[in-house]
Amino acid sequence: MSLKSYIVTRALLTIPTVLLLVTIVFLIVRVLPGDPALLHFGKQVNPAALASVKRALGLDVPIYVQYYNYMVGLIHGNLGIAFSNEQPVAPQIISAFPATLELTLGSMMVAVLVGVVLGVRSSRRYGSLEDTVIRTFGVVIYSIPVFFLGLILIAIFAIGFHILPSGGRISTVVPMGGTFFGVHIQTGLYTIDSLLAGNLGEFVDSIKHLILPCTALGLYISAVFLRITRSNMLEALGQEYVTAARARGLKERSVLYGYGLRNGLLPVLTIMGLEFAGLLGGAVLTETTFAWNGIGSYIYNSIINRDYIAIQGAVVFFGVIVAVVSLVVDVLYAYLDPRVRY
Amino acid sequence: MKEERKSRVRPAINFFFTLPRFGTGGKMVVIGLAIVAFLLAMTALAPYMEPHDPTALNVGPHDLPPSWSYPMGTNRLGQDILSRMIAGGSTMMEVAGLSVLICFLVGVPLGLLAGYSRRMIDSPLSLLMDSLYAFPGLVLAIAIAAVLGRGVVNLSIAIAVVYIPTYFRVVRSQVLTLKELPFVEAVKVEGGRTWNILFRQIFPNVLPSIAVIASINVADSVITEAGLTYLGLGVNAAAADWGFDIYYGYQSLLSGAWWTVLFPGLMVVLLAGGFTFIGEGLSEVLNPRLRR
Amino acid sequence: MALLEVRDVAVSYKTLKGELKAVQGVSFDLQEQETLGIVGESGCGKSTLGLALLNLMPPLGKVTRGKIVLDGKDVLTLDKEELRRVRGKVVAMIFQDPMTSLNPVKKIGDHFAEAIRAHDPQVSEEQALKKAGEILGQLGLSADRLSDYPHQLSGGMKQRIMIGLALALNPKLLIADEPTTSLDVVIEAQILDLLRQLKGTLKLSMILITHNLGVVAEVADKIAIMYGGEIFELADTKTIFRKPLNPYTKLLLKLVPNVASESTSLEWIPGSPPDLSLPMAGCKFAARCPSAFDRCRAEAPRLQEVEPGHMVSCHLYDGGGDR
Repeated sequence: MSLKSYIVTRALLTIPTVLLLVTIVFLIVRVLPGDPALLHFGKQVNPAALASVKRALGLDVPIYVQYYNYMVGLIHGNLGIAFSNEQPVAPQIISAFPATLELTLGSMMVAVLVGVVLGVRSSRRYGSLEDTVIRTFGVVIYSIPVFFLGLILIAIFAIGFHILPSGGRISTVVPMGGTFFGVHIQTGLYTIDSLLAGNLGEFVDSIKHLILPCTALGLYISAVFLRITRSNMLEALGQEYVTAARARGLKERSVLYGYGLRNGLLPVLTIMGLEFAGLLGGAVLTETTFAWNGIGSYIYNSIINRDYIAIQGAVVFFGVIVAVVSLVVDVLYAYLDPRVRY
Repeated sequence: MKEERKSRVRPAINFFFTLPRFGTGGKMVVIGLAIVAFLLAMTALAPYMEPHDPTALNVGPHDLPPSWSYPMGTNRLGQDILSRMIAGGSTMMEVAGLSVLICFLVGVPLGLLAGYSRRMIDSPLSLLMDSLYAFPGLVLAIAIAAVLGRGVVNLSIAIAVVYIPTYFRVVRSQVLTLKELPFVEAVKVEGGRTWNILFRQIFPNVLPSIAVIASINVADSVITEAGLTYLGLGVNAAAADWGFDIYYGYQSLLSGAWWTVLFPGLMVVLLAGGFTFIGEGLSEVLNPRLRR
Repeated sequence: MALLEVRDVAVSYKTLKGELKAVQGVSFDLQEQETLGIVGESGCGKSTLGLALLNLMPPLGKVTRGKIVLDGKDVLTLDKEELRRVRGKVVAMIFQDPMTSLNPVKKIGDHFAEAIRAHDPQVSEEQALKKAGEILGQLGLSADRLSDYPHQLSGGMKQRIMIGLALALNPKLLIADEPTTSLDVVIEAQILDLLRQLKGTLKLSMILITHNLGVVAEVADKIAIMYGGEIFELADTKTIFRKPLNPYTKLLLKLVPNVASESTSLEWIPGSPPDLSLPMAGCKFAARCPSAFDRCRAEAPRLQEVEPGHMVSCHLYDGGGDR
């Protein structure tokens, strides 16, 4: 089948997957031992107050009605009302998302630059000293918990040398975004927003705030990428078609890129996609260490507060993201690897 | 029978002694084992090694930088950090060890079953594991820990649930490959029964992969446990614990007392690193890289 | 002067068990338009020798001594760029498993175009593809195949494409490492036929590496029998089959099942090939040789010309002790 039909088929498959996920989440939250509302408020709550809250949150109706309301709500992008602050969940998540997105993009850049590049280098020099050094580096980095790495970075750069901030996303006002062809845009991504407003000071400030958390998270993930890249590249470079290509007198550069990387990095791509999706679900440890108000912080707080509706909303959101990212990764993979489509 | 067992132990012991000759991989395993052994011994012998009582308050002045009397300094509560480092690993090791055990006891049999059985059993299992696997690990662990509450066992279960799918997947895919191999056919032809085949033929061949996964997994469990403790979901606030110390140390860090955070963190890195070395080394050693 | 002169070549691999001496002192000549068959069991070093001729060792392998003079130049001393130019243009190689010899993410046409343009950047993509189409035609394949991916083709087609790719640049020497081993008998016959044809039309020299005496019997002018990294016997094809001298050669010939013979049992050589990572004194075959005597276990024999054009490495023929 051609690429187009593959895309269509794969996209259609996403829908039932998401439906299934959404239903499972709904069931789990309500199947938990005890009443979700009761668990949240604790046993000492006044029954009358509890009843009125339940009514307000739509929890006093039979379960199948709840399910219906839930599904209808989802189609309209309504994720329910949170227990803890009685505000709609969806807007809270949407407003927390850009922070996580910025962090994710920055960290992925670092992770790929460090992990993939070193992994390729290491595989080309199999058995050499450089290979051993890089692998040891990978092992050590892998063993450092991300929050510890974050704290060390804070200690050195924020507290020790005072050149970078120790947390938060910006020291000044929140960038308001700017106009683009007459339309006012505020993405929530402080870097983009400050550029749109033409405010270089804000831009530099937001970058400064991004450096430490992205480095910490990025390095942490790079260890995984390094190991996977190295092992996949070793396998690709050991394949007979590489030897055959060299035997034909192809330039080493062509062999490395066209025969080595093209084949070796393909599986790494899938992992990268999954990692990206996972990061979008919120890097709790990094966000709490750097006082970063993203999805991670939101989820963490919801769990601690036993705010099950908020958790439910966040999980649904995350599930949809993973489904979409998986779709994109699969399509990309199909584009790059002809074996999948024909 | 006894002869057979004896003849399996000797080669196993010899294996360890020949490891250094196995190139970089072997050396990594040895280094890793040495680190882990050292830390285990240190934790076990803690009561005899610590210069001060790790839980006693005000042993010395607060937030003192490293000095001769307190080589690693003191923390906010006036506790000697060195003593807390020596004694602080026990919870982490218990939790990591227990969670790996749970993973092994649950993930491996399920993987064997799924890989070997027909789709009826395989599909739902795989589906369940895949959806579990898709969750961001830490979030899942936090959620379970929050629901189950404190305690070594609960924490271990929380961490185990996150990693069971990994064991499951690896074992399952290995079984899928292995069961097509001729030697399994041969046993079947001789009338071997399913359980027999699974345990005596397939399982031993899956063990090397499990060993690699398990080593890396212990490292991951250590790091996850540290993370959970850091977030306040740890076990026992009173006892000495590396994770808790990092958590407490955060406050002191902002006022410049870097040693309150550095040393506990280094201990975690050392423990996780030891296991990672073992895992990396094992994957090199057990992988037939000699193409000829 | 011979097209290829190999002198005392040794190749070792670095392994977990130590240094594995895959090839230990091999020498032979190959003239223009001559076909040499290198025959031996698995692990005797023949494939390694093949790779060494292009200086194409895998990461942990190294040519430890010797000279390989191809068309006047020592392949082992060339710098990277010179070596690259020799590969493909002067000498080409095809491999055993056609399934894994082609890049799965590139079209067949791209394989050809890349190879042609790597040696002559002036050639345009279209010209290269046109040439590729002609080559496929000579091999009995349609030019439509150029836009296919490797996984869409059968084993036989892939092997033909491998041959086409190897010959695209008109090399003087073709090294074929077990070219038919993974193919079924019918396709094998076709490929061998093809090789014989090409030998004639392209005036090609060939080195055919295989464990199958039947294959070399049809195509080779000379045969070298390899064991344990060394050449045990080297002579022209007729001589090897009619007057084998080395005991190992004789046993190998007995192993080929003969439909016409009366015996119904299969022959085999007891024992197994030596572990080449362990140092060994004496002849490598001594442990399994029916004609072995004391000297064989103590001292390794050397390859010597026993009669014109017939070299043997065996103590039975070296005049018993004078050297």
